[in-house]
Amino acid sequence: MLFRTWQRLSSVVLGLVSAPAAMADWELNMPQGITEVSQSIYELHMLIFWICVWIGVVVFGVMFYSIFKHRKSKGAVASKFHESLTLEILWTALPTVILIAMAVPATTVLIQMYDTTNSDVDIKITGYQWKWEYNYLGEDVGFFSNLTTPEDEIYNLAEKNENYLLEVDKHVVVPTGQKVRFLITSNDVIHAWWVPEIAVKKDAIPGYINESWAFIPEGEEGIYRGQCAELCGVNHGFMPIVLEAVTGDEYQVWLEEQRAGKIAEAQAALGDFSYDELMVKGADVYARSCAACHGGEGQGLGSVFPALAGSDIALNDMAAHIDIVLNGKPGTAMQAYATQLSDVDMAAVITFERNAWGNDTGETVTPKMITDAKK
Amino acid sequence: MTTATASHDNHDDHGHHGPAKGIMRWVLTTNHKDIGTMYLWFSLTMLFIGGTMALIIRSELFQPGMQLIEPEFFNQMTTMHGLIMVFGAIMPAFVGLANWMVPLMIGAPDMALPRMNNWSFWILPFAFGMLLFTLFTEAGAPNFGWTFYAPLSTTYAPSSVTYFIFGVHMMGISSIMGAINIIVTILNLRAPGMTLMKMPLFVWTWFITAYLLVAVMPVLAGVVTMMLMDIHYGTAFFDAAGGGDPVLFQHVFWFFGHPEVYIMILPAFGIVSQIIPTFARKPLFGYASMVYATSSIAFLSFIVWAHHMFTVGLPLQTELFFMYATMLIAIPTGVKVFNWVSTMFRGSMTFETPMLFALAFVVLFTIGGFSGLMLSIAPADFQYHDTYFVVAHFHYVLVPGALFGIIAGVYYWLPKWTGHYINENLGKFHFWMSFIGVNVTFFPMHFIGLAGMPRRIPDYALQFADFNAIATVGAFIFGFSQLIFLFVLIKTIRGGEKATDQVWEGAEGLEWTIPSPAPYHTFAEPPHVK
Ligand code: HEC
Ligand code: HEM
Ligand SMILES: [Cu+2]
Ligand SMILES: [Cu+2]
Repeated sequence: MLFRTWQRLSSVVLGLVSAPAAMADWELNMPQGITEVSQSIYELHMLIFWICVWIGVVVFGVMFYSIFKHRKSKGAVASKFHESLTLEILWTALPTVILIAMAVPATTVLIQMYDTTNSDVDIKITGYQWKWEYNYLGEDVGFFSNLTTPEDEIYNLAEKNENYLLEVDKHVVVPTGQKVRFLITSNDVIHAWWVPEIAVKKDAIPGYINESWAFIPEGEEGIYRGQCAELCGVNHGFMPIVLEAVTGDEYQVWLEEQRAGKIAEAQAALGDFSYDELMVKGADVYARSCAACHGGEGQGLGSVFPALAGSDIALNDMAAHIDIVLNGKPGTAMQAYATQLSDVDMAAVITFERNAWGNDTGETVTPKMITDAKK
Repeated sequence: MTTATASHDNHDDHGHHGPAKGIMRWVLTTNHKDIGTMYLWFSLTMLFIGGTMALIIRSELFQPGMQLIEPEFFNQMTTMHGLIMVFGAIMPAFVGLANWMVPLMIGAPDMALPRMNNWSFWILPFAFGMLLFTLFTEAGAPNFGWTFYAPLSTTYAPSSVTYFIFGVHMMGISSIMGAINIIVTILNLRAPGMTLMKMPLFVWTWFITAYLLVAVMPVLAGVVTMMLMDIHYGTAFFDAAGGGDPVLFQHVFWFFGHPEVYIMILPAFGIVSQIIPTFARKPLFGYASMVYATSSIAFLSFIVWAHHMFTVGLPLQTELFFMYATMLIAIPTGVKVFNWVSTMFRGSMTFETPMLFALAFVVLFTIGGFSGLMLSIAPADFQYHDTYFVVAHFHYVLVPGALFGIIAGVYYWLPKWTGHYINENLGKFHFWMSFIGVNVTFFPMHFIGLAGMPRRIPDYALQFADFNAIATVGAFIFGFSQLIFLFVLIKTIRGGEKATDQVWEGAEGLEWTIPSPAPYHTFAEPPHVK
């Protein structure tokens, strides 16, 4: 507690003194983070760091002393000693003691990190190539979270914004002052969900549900960014995490909004959409959800990700086209989009694929056709 | 610790012939010196190929944004760089040094199994040729990292994974044959009087390394075979959808992988333990404790593998066990460092090029050991894992560790091999450029790792830009300095100040009793060791 207050105070002072430098450039150290666990980890990190520094000072001190004093050019004559049982015992025993002293706090913190019981909010996190899905268990709220950094910024055609590569369309919102449990799994390869400020990093492994938790204290509301930390294929570097901590009340309002949004979406699918509307929407959905694999111009990528421009399926068999986007193809990177995209988005992207890049079929796929195909 | 009574008049010059002429000398040779030489040149070639890949990676990472290559090719580069450096550069270099020096250090006429020796070398160019060839295929080279975690390397892999598996099998066979050869040579061909506890430390560390190799290379072969079966024969060892277990892959891989990292450092410990006493003109401090420390490290290396898996969701008890076991490794490692420093203490030191590399090894390897100790603290590893902090750690132990050890060994024994001293000014130039380059490259990686940059990403957020730019500059300094190394090597082979038989004033051991350059056949009659 004392540590926390002291640290809050010093960070305020530091922030005032070095406001521009605090833009995180030249950042040298691990963040202390905003939870008790992240603070404890930071303290462990600093403790072991200083232990290493002191051992280094002593060892390198003796070494450099010898290098300067005991050199032949200064007339040093080699002594012949080459054994000392006392020394050997000493420098085996001393490190042992230091390590035991280090192991004790490390064990305590680890036990605390593993205590996922008594959570107030449970969020299931699923890794996909290359996005995250969040499901709020028991709340009927769930959504995908995709990178929103435009290609132009990545390919240096536009100026990079402040949150370059660390921005997504939908934040994962959590309440402060409550224990949030994360249940982490994957739909395809192994990913790792990591937000440094809350010191949660857990691998997302197909077939496993890993648990982790965070308790963000009240007063620490804000936006915290992280990234996937396990190599998961081409776009491993492009699946960030944006965690938004809000007060308990705001959290409840947000949940309501999500549920209402879902109903509105279902209603919209019943409405009519013109070809032009679908094409505009489709281009958008395509860029966000499909371009990573099928290429910005439908040209595909390497030998694994097929081109859609001029492809048989996009020009001819509409039923098969709808089917593969809805249900994916098991055992390949092509995922089932039935639960990821609304029926409107689905209709739009398929319409788009059948009419873009010279695929001029002139056909329109309506949201109703998708709703029917799902039956 | 060993006193030799041998001198050159008991190397033979009767009945034996010199090397055969032409290319067939190298293809058919069973001579340990020829084979050692081929291993070393092969390794240097791989170092330059792997190094070029590293420079491609660092160029892309010079600034945020994608500039030069695509993410897919970036992943192929990181994967191939890792595989080539580990299996193509570091390991063969040590085998080459062992081939050259183990017989000379124990007074043996050659390796015990000379024909097998020829095979273990000649497999390698084919294994790596095949691996490199995948770069030019349509599917591209392996792109799943040198740790090739399933299912990214199975269900989701490019088709070149099959070539990769075949290549790993060939390297494994080569390593196992090399290791068996070294074990048999050491056990059977020691000169009379050369008891185990009189063996030079380089021989000792290689002896232990060879056992590690024999123990874990089959495990690697097993894990890639399981992958092969998952990919082609419909099994599901690592496929969760078929009832398999992706975490099993990691357990098996790291059961190989952690001993593997010690395979890459123990022989370097041995080299440094030869060099420091020579240039401190003082016997190695704590010879016996060095042997025991090496053995304990080798033993412990089998029971710490899951420290690479702290974040996969192991049960708490497992996590604690692996944390404690990993922390323990620091103790014998520390003993070695303390012994080296005590050897220097009150010595009479000079600083020729091999010694400079050995000293840099002690300091920089220890820094890598410190970050290893930090990584062993499991709760903290949740923050470090899979970030550039880990990249900094293993590059400190592998570049100024393993690689500097190799370079130091090459400079140390080169006069014995070629009969010429190196040009010290050039050697020192190489040293200082490498020393500066390595630190400018890898030290900032600690900072970007702690600040939160994940490893294996082709592009990064803006706050990591400055240190990445510095690291790239360092990488180019380091990379191009190795051309100085190549230059020194060629220059020394072609001429230079004539080396004495003892070569270095403080050098002791059988290898310094034979002429420089070492004749094609040595110790046909075993020397006597008192
Ligand atoms: C993670 C990578 C990935 C993403 C993202 C992706 N796909 Fe695919 N897609 C694939 C792969 C791989 C295949 C080939 C499957 C196979 O082996 O038949 C494929 C196949 C297809 C096909 C059939 C192509 C043919 O000629 O057989 C269509 C149509 C398609 N995807 C549409 C989409 C749409 C629409 C989206 C976005 C909503 C999308 N894909 C997003 C990887 C992806
Ligand atoms: C004091 C001794 C050492 C300790 C305690 C130690 C500890 C560790 C730990 C805990 C990790 C896992 C980090 C992570 O991924 O989160 C690691 C990674 C690694 N270490 Fe060490 N280490 C030591 C020495 C060495 C040595 C001597 C080498 C090789 C010469 C080495 C090579 C590696 C490599 C290659 C990795 C990364 C593997 C990968 O993920 O690709 N380490 N070390
Ligand atoms: Cu990833
Ligand atoms: Cu390890």
